[in-house]
Amino acid sequence: MSDLGDLYQELILEHNNAPRNFRPMATGAQAEGFNPLCGDHFTIYLDMDGDVIRDVSFQGSGCAISKASASMMTQSVKGKTKAQAEELFSQFHRLVTGQAAGSGAESQLGKLVVFAGVSEFPVRVKCASLAWHTLRAALEGKQSSISTE
Amino acid sequence: MRATARTYSNAPGPARSREEGFDAERARRDFPILGQLVRERPLVYLDNAATTQKPQVVIDALTRYYEKENANIHRGVHFLSERATEEYENARKTAQRFLNAADAGEIIFVRGATEAINLVAQSYGRTHVGAGDEVLITAMEHHSNIVPWQILCEQQGARLQVAPINDRGELLLDELEKRLGPRTRMVAVTHVSNALGTINPVRRIVELAHSRGIPVLLDGAQAAPHLPVDVQALDCDFYVFSGHKVYGPTGIGILYGKAALLDAMPPYQGGGEMILSVTFEKTVYNKPPQRFEAGTPHIAGAIGLGAALDYVSGLGIAAIGAHECALLDYATGQLGAIAGVRLIGTAAEKAGVLSFVMDRVHAHDVGTILDSEGIAIRTGHHCAQPVMQRFGVPATARASFALYNTREEVDALVRGIDKVRGIFAQ
Repeated sequence: MSDLGDLYQELILEHNNAPRNFRPMATGAQAEGFNPLCGDHFTIYLDMDGDVIRDVSFQGSGCAISKASASMMTQSVKGKTKAQAEELFSQFHRLVTGQAAGSGAESQLGKLVVFAGVSEFPVRVKCASLAWHTLRAALEGKQSSISTE
Repeated sequence: MRATARTYSNAPGPARSREEGFDAERARRDFPILGQLVRERPLVYLDNAATTQKPQVVIDALTRYYEKENANIHRGVHFLSERATEEYENARKTAQRFLNAADAGEIIFVRGATEAINLVAQSYGRTHVGAGDEVLITAMEHHSNIVPWQILCEQQGARLQVAPINDRGELLLDELEKRLGPRTRMVAVTHVSNALGTINPVRRIVELAHSRGIPVLLDGAQAAPHLPVDVQALDCDFYVFSGHKVYGPTGIGILYGKAALLDAMPPYQGGGEMILSVTFEKTVYNKPPQRFEAGTPHIAGAIGLGAALDYVSGLGIAAIGAHECALLDYATGQLGAIAGVRLIGTAAEKAGVLSFVMDRVHAHDVGTILDSEGIAIRTGHHCAQPVMQRFGVPATARASFALYNTREEVDALVRGIDKVRGIFAQ
């Protein structure tokens, strides 16, 4: 039985209330992400120093899961290389789809493990991963917006 | 077998005080799905504007057809084919009575309201709407009553005009009238808004359009389950609804069209059933309604829909509407009193739809938390994104009522919303 408390962890609610790096950036790459199913809509802004994410921010609206995920993602990938960010996304994706415990020695997820509860709510996986898909699009310099559908 | 006959006064009197005339608890027992536990709690199903549950008589009609009557229609000389044809055509007559259409030939079986509107747009629309002409809709339409007209306008070089609504979600009739111009070739309006619950003054809209010689299509997807519909009294040219929103199967719906219009319309799809004779040089099309029912139709669905319409007619559609209206009043009072809850859609004339948003809580989170209590509501844009844009919200939570809902279920919804507030108050 899926437990609501596993989904709405305190840290997630806190990031939803006070999202970090919640601002636009004028320079650098950006990408838009939509979840047409529920109307989530975010823009991710990137400031790259060569291959390294010097700064990352976001704006938009969405449910608590998608917003907190975007907020905590910006904290997690700042200062990382593109490849490191990609690896983190893979680990995060396995976490929210229930394919990994997220606590192994190889895990770099850190605080992101609070999203483990999402795996009990399959329809919310898209919410948790929207910001990450959008980040990937921004890193790849794709101009068009991406959609979860 | 017909639905259990019950006697209710169906005089369409003042709806709000008539709740006691309807026994929802008794009607609930006709719906086997409602007896189950969801998330270890009794199911509270408040997503009826998306689809309604099915009474046993509808399930039985489908089973009986496949167990005892299955055959193709209108072409077999054998016993089963005759029987299936008779049942299918009886369902057409049931739909005719349900809408009070003048003739059964004005009833076309389609997949649902969406296909019905596409059929009218492509068959009537492509022969009557040309370059520079206009199609008029409203700001509260479901995507199904927007996109088919957009496609038509793009094909023909025509323009889509939109009549605005006010902050309560009511159509501005004078604004609609202003947009009825010399190039308007079609008015397509929802009878009841799926996202807001607004009941539109459709009789008046038909009068305004007809006084200028413009035909009117009414989207009855959210009206047919809740209000008595009389297409002759409305004098509309087309009326569409989906079977699954009025306790029938999915994949079946009704297009009503006035005979004179249907007779002059070209086919929507080609295939079997819709022809009289075919050679490689020339095909002669069948009369309506067969002209618009190409291919083997959803025979079981049509029979199931007939059973559903008999069922609601047996209970009395006016009595059902009054019951839902009383529930809506109760729920509006209860939810309106909760701090941080804002109702979207507060028209004076409403059917049983309650859309709302909560301060600092996204509708999707509301939906997940209510689901954990066994309460099913819809969250999102309700396939009416322009309505969401009009009210400046990304999404709403929507509770929508059916004949089997009770005050206790509204109370459960209120407790669920309290739980949402509790979680997000941290």
